[in-house]
Amino acid sequence: MTDTGEFVVAEDEGLQGSRLTARALVGALTVVVGAVVASLTIGPVDIAPLRVLAELIDRIPGVHLDSGLSTTHAAIVNEIRLPRVVLGLLVGATLSVTGAAYQGAFRNPLADPYLLGIAAGAGLGATIAITSDVGDGAGMLDPIPIVAFAGALVAVVISYAAGHLGGRTTVSLVLAGVAVASFLTAAQTYVLQSNTDVIREVYSWILGRIATSGWSEVALMLPYFVVTCVVVMLYGRALDVLAVGDEEAAALGLNPRRIRTTVVVVSSLGAAAAVAVAGLIGFVGIIVPHTVRLAFGTSHRVLLPLCILLGGAFMVLADLAARTVLEPAELPIGVVTAFLGAPFFVLVLRSSRREVW
Amino acid sequence: MTTTITARDVGVTLGDHVVLDGLSIDIASGEWINVIGPNGAGKTTLLRAILGGVGFTGKIEIDGVDTVAHDTMRRARAIAYVPQVPVIPPGMTVIDYLLLGRTPHRGVFSGDSRHDREVVRRVLDRLDLVGFKSRAVRSLSGGERQRVVLGRALVQESSILLLDEPTTALDLGHQQDVLDLVDELRRESGLTVVATLHDLTLAARYGDRIAVMSQGIIAESGPPAQVLTEELIRHHFNANVRVLDDGDGPVIVPVAAKRQPPDTRSSAPRGSSTESSRASSQPSGS
Repeated sequence: MTDTGEFVVAEDEGLQGSRLTARALVGALTVVVGAVVASLTIGPVDIAPLRVLAELIDRIPGVHLDSGLSTTHAAIVNEIRLPRVVLGLLVGATLSVTGAAYQGAFRNPLADPYLLGIAAGAGLGATIAITSDVGDGAGMLDPIPIVAFAGALVAVVISYAAGHLGGRTTVSLVLAGVAVASFLTAAQTYVLQSNTDVIREVYSWILGRIATSGWSEVALMLPYFVVTCVVVMLYGRALDVLAVGDEEAAALGLNPRRIRTTVVVVSSLGAAAAVAVAGLIGFVGIIVPHTVRLAFGTSHRVLLPLCILLGGAFMVLADLAARTVLEPAELPIGVVTAFLGAPFFVLVLRSSRREVW
Repeated sequence: MTTTITARDVGVTLGDHVVLDGLSIDIASGEWINVIGPNGAGKTTLLRAILGGVGFTGKIEIDGVDTVAHDTMRRARAIAYVPQVPVIPPGMTVIDYLLLGRTPHRGVFSGDSRHDREVVRRVLDRLDLVGFKSRAVRSLSGGERQRVVLGRALVQESSILLLDEPTTALDLGHQQDVLDLVDELRRESGLTVVATLHDLTLAARYGDRIAVMSQGIIAESGPPAQVLTEELIRHHFNANVRVLDDGDGPVIVPVAAKRQPPDTRSSAPRGSSTESSRASSQPSGS
């Protein structure tokens, strides 16, 4: 992530509009691979980066490469570190791309994936799951992400319905989201106060963590990640047109409300899934899109794919810091994203001459 | 000349305020009509109704087809709109901004074709914007920016151009530049131009016809010299002016209050004799 400053946006050749240049794409992919290898390498047991890379390449179907790792080390890479890294990629990518999509759909630089009460809904769901101690037995699927996901979806549905009653404008939708979030947060606090013994557990969920037990979280997250990314990227050009405001977008032949609804609903699904598996990781949905805008410009056709790649890499690196800084203890990842992200963003802001909002 | 826009008995109510109150007008293909009127007369609302941006009663036809039957893409291919205060997205380059104008032709799920880029190239050349193509629209001066916004409307390749106060933010020289440009483009490609203008002298210099809006209807309509009389301006704008003729059309000169004869202003209170103006509201073009 830190080397984004090295890429310079290529001048439009002739009359091409903004598009993702091969250079930016290769650069972002390099950052992703670097973050993944670093994260698989570093930990309580240090494993040589080249061997990790060989092990990764060996996993590609049809390719056989002997990494030379011992069985134990191979298991650490494949069974412990890899699921966590993949989940980090998916969560970071989803939060970043949905943040960018929300900001474009609402034309508001402060819109984040939690705008419509997703965080509060998921928080309430998780709190209920933790306090009621459901399905804590071994071998069962962890119920917390599933109940949190349901809570997030309920929050979005209520926000949408309430915003609809309020005149179907963007502002009424956002205000409804604020009201729903406050209500659900109050409900969560009430549940928590009645069960003070689980405050610590709920608190650690709220601060977010990328922790995995095998591949089940990845399996839960993957379909939402794919759908969200595909649909949102498909609407990149529509979001670019929406940037001129609803009236002018309509004069250019679009139906702004329909586009906004599609993008917001799909993004909410993705963000709800991310929150369900990783807790409330703040900041990523705002900071990654803005950094990409400052470095590469505001066109959604460039912004959205780069948010997917660099958001994933950012989350993997943040998780690496979260589990190594206070080793063997783990920092909540929300703390790390803010600690790393805020100063980095100020640097980008300072060095950029671009006007993005 | 054939009629391209026909509005019949159009009514628009915003909240509980009746903005358009049974307005009718015919606009000929290739015509330039300037819509004038006091603040709040409904000029912008008329443009938005033609554009389908506001719900209305009555009927508006474009080339004989009811606009309600148009889907939005088809309407956007027929009508281009330059709003009074265009929203310029931060960071957007001139090229990207102009390419937005191709949206009605290619939708939002496919990329720009060679033809799309060719249209943009022609507009860049025509409006002398080639040197600006990679600049951010927001970084341009007021006059350059207005050319770019006009450029996006031209890239739409529609036959009707709606201009809402296209000269508001411009100094006199740039006002002339923009209106001269519109006039040339109209002559080159047979555009129909519907513009709202506040400056009555400019409205008289450019275009074929002036329509005066008052109380939600077209109160007067005709050639500038016929419509822009001292009495009509006093009546509709509650303004005390002298109308001169420099041989090229009417020139409207405001008369300062201290020079007024004592009782001219009070003789024509705003909104008086609405009934008589409504009686003469039939458009001359019909």
